[in-house]
Amino acid sequence: MSVPQYRKVAALALVTGLGLSLAACSTKGDDSGKDAAGKTTITVDCQPVGAQKELLQNWNADVAAFEKDNPDITIKSVSVGEQCNNPPDFTARLAGGTMTDVFYGYMTDLQQVLDSGQAMDITQYLNKDTIPTWDSVDPALKEVFTDAGKVYAVPVKNYSMGLVYNKTLFQKAGLDVNNPPKTWPEVRDAAKKIATAAPGVAGYADYSAGNTGGWHFTAEMYSLGGGVLSEDGKKADFNNPMGKQVLQNLKDMRYGDNSMGTRQLLQWGDLLTNAAAGKVGMFIGAPDTTQAIVSQFQGKYEDWAMGPLPGQDGAAKGTLGGGEGYFFKKGLTEDQVKAGLKWIAYEKLTPGKGQFDYVRAKPQNYPVGLPQPLLFANGSAAQKQELDLRKANANVDTSNYALFENNPIPIRGEPKNAQAIYAVLDGAMSGVLTKPDANIDELLKTADTKVNQLLAAGS
Amino acid sequence: MAIIAPDSLNKIKGTNAAPEKTRGKRSRRLQDNLTGYAFLAGAVFCFALFSWFPMIRGIVMSFQRTRRGVTTWVGWDNYIRIVHDPSFWTAWKNTFYFTVLALIVGYAVPFFVAILLNEFRHAKGYLRVLVYLPVMLPPASALFLFKYYAYDPSEAGLFNAVLKFLHLPTSEWMQSPGMTIPAMVIASTWMNMGGAVLIYLAALQNIPGELYEAAELDGAGIWRRITNVTIPQTRLILALLAMLQIVATMQLFIEPLILANGAGTQDSATSVAYLIYQHGFFQNDLNGAAALGVIMLIVLAAFSAVYVRLTTKKD
Repeated sequence: MSVPQYRKVAALALVTGLGLSLAACSTKGDDSGKDAAGKTTITVDCQPVGAQKELLQNWNADVAAFEKDNPDITIKSVSVGEQCNNPPDFTARLAGGTMTDVFYGYMTDLQQVLDSGQAMDITQYLNKDTIPTWDSVDPALKEVFTDAGKVYAVPVKNYSMGLVYNKTLFQKAGLDVNNPPKTWPEVRDAAKKIATAAPGVAGYADYSAGNTGGWHFTAEMYSLGGGVLSEDGKKADFNNPMGKQVLQNLKDMRYGDNSMGTRQLLQWGDLLTNAAAGKVGMFIGAPDTTQAIVSQFQGKYEDWAMGPLPGQDGAAKGTLGGGEGYFFKKGLTEDQVKAGLKWIAYEKLTPGKGQFDYVRAKPQNYPVGLPQPLLFANGSAAQKQELDLRKANANVDTSNYALFENNPIPIRGEPKNAQAIYAVLDGAMSGVLTKPDANIDELLKTADTKVNQLLAAGS
Repeated sequence: MAIIAPDSLNKIKGTNAAPEKTRGKRSRRLQDNLTGYAFLAGAVFCFALFSWFPMIRGIVMSFQRTRRGVTTWVGWDNYIRIVHDPSFWTAWKNTFYFTVLALIVGYAVPFFVAILLNEFRHAKGYLRVLVYLPVMLPPASALFLFKYYAYDPSEAGLFNAVLKFLHLPTSEWMQSPGMTIPAMVIASTWMNMGGAVLIYLAALQNIPGELYEAAELDGAGIWRRITNVTIPQTRLILALLAMLQIVATMQLFIEPLILANGAGTQDSATSVAYLIYQHGFFQNDLNGAAALGVIMLIVLAAFSAVYVRLTTKKD
């Protein structure tokens, strides 16, 4: 082939390739939801990533067992890396329309998913035929994924916050490991003792960056009986004595006692990394933070215990709760929706199977015996079954969580427009934790103005 | 054998041959350039898909609002909302401050490092590699090094240890609102100056040695040689790098994201690009993010146009 001919062929191949790529992009897939063998096929995300070896093995084994029990269904698992705990990835996939047929989301994602126009109303399919334990699922959790009477997702995980504390550091500071602080003044005293007994350790640590500061400010407002928005959700409602108290508690610990460590502007991973390294005495969090401390940040279960969230003068008046669920992509066939629900029922909502397969989890490096998730309503048959299995197979010392479990505090959900509000409240938290001369009144006033601006603009 | 030129043939055929001649030329030119057009199609396709389409889509989105899967035209609403964002003006202020500071430090330092390297007679290659090494580090890794080792607010932090050793006051670096932007500029300059140093070095080596010799004979010291020979001789490259640097630093994002975990103390690190990210990915407000992106595009385009015009006129 001569050089000019060769170039022409190369050019032709290039143009053809581009054309084919375009055609491939625009080719519409088979929308019957069936494969060549007539099996109903669904794609599901949040398959554990390769680094989570045991979790991945468990997931794959569950898919195989499920497909064996349901020979007419094929599950195509999709691992999307950090998507399952990273809001920016989730938003990008949602905006790009690349969600799987059945996709994971936070409880606070409902509005975003609805706005994207990609959520399917699955109300008519939710019953005991598709999810045998559906009647046992806590109605409050179903409500979180309900909008105007229509259900858009199935809850699969939930949490509420308490006081997480390091027993080893408590012992070092001469504190009673079975009697953690119940009020914020007691937290301050304990933090001071820990910081004194263990130099370089933060007696108490808190977030102030990446929107997590606002998240914890909200939880701490709940603990005092307040909130961050007015009842109708139209006005900011934290520039008040309770808001001042929350920031004053932190300022007293940070600069009055020097018991919160030097390094601030912490967000989720930063605080837990420090905690796993034995550098944090107390923080507020959900039971699964101890799992993250151990499995992600190489800490030890035996170091950690939990009590209920502290209040100002007595028990906390409320705690912040949240969780996760699985949405269904708009346009799925009836068979696909039913297949998806069956899979979620198997993997996430059946005692003894999937996430509740405690017999399997016991020898693995994943905790059995933590007091959450609490997906099933109090007194329901599924709850009893799940609790019995959990107790029988516990591989963590359940007494470490008994105080938290036995002293339930009313759970409140996150505010509407949570992330935008948290971003503003990060400013108040970072101000009080990094500036010795921070003026709490000014910080609250500024945040109040900003949140009201946001609400007025309808962001 | 006599060869008859195509033009002569046309003359023989008479006047009717003229349009055929034009057509023939055109088709031959098309045929000759076919390969070029085909390869061009690839570049145009990639630009269209990854640059122009997203840009146009972003502009369109900035005038729309999507709620419940329904997209409506909302005029200037997104722009009005974004301008009223509590962090809007702070983000611009921080971005301009960073840009100016980065221009002063990040522009001058590589230039003088290049001059210094150019003066060395020994270990030239070794020193160049040393200066270029940070560029080879992934930006995120380099910034984590700064965050956890250099800018640790305790006395264990590298910079604080040095300051303490010199009996100078220490700093809380990223936690101190007044130090946030300067600290980001230091890290950014360290990370990025390798590339600029190499470009400057190449430009410096193109300056004829006779000019320096003549200057030396005229009694010019090192400073006079820099101002009277080096800078005028590298004027074009200096102008180009200044524009590229300003456009790049205006898009400040990864530094606040990693060093300050986003906004820093009370928005002291919030940049325009970070605000776009907040709106787009955390606040369910892709349309607002698009509007802010368009504002940024206009500002940068206007700056580039003015800059190119000014520098072209001078040259």
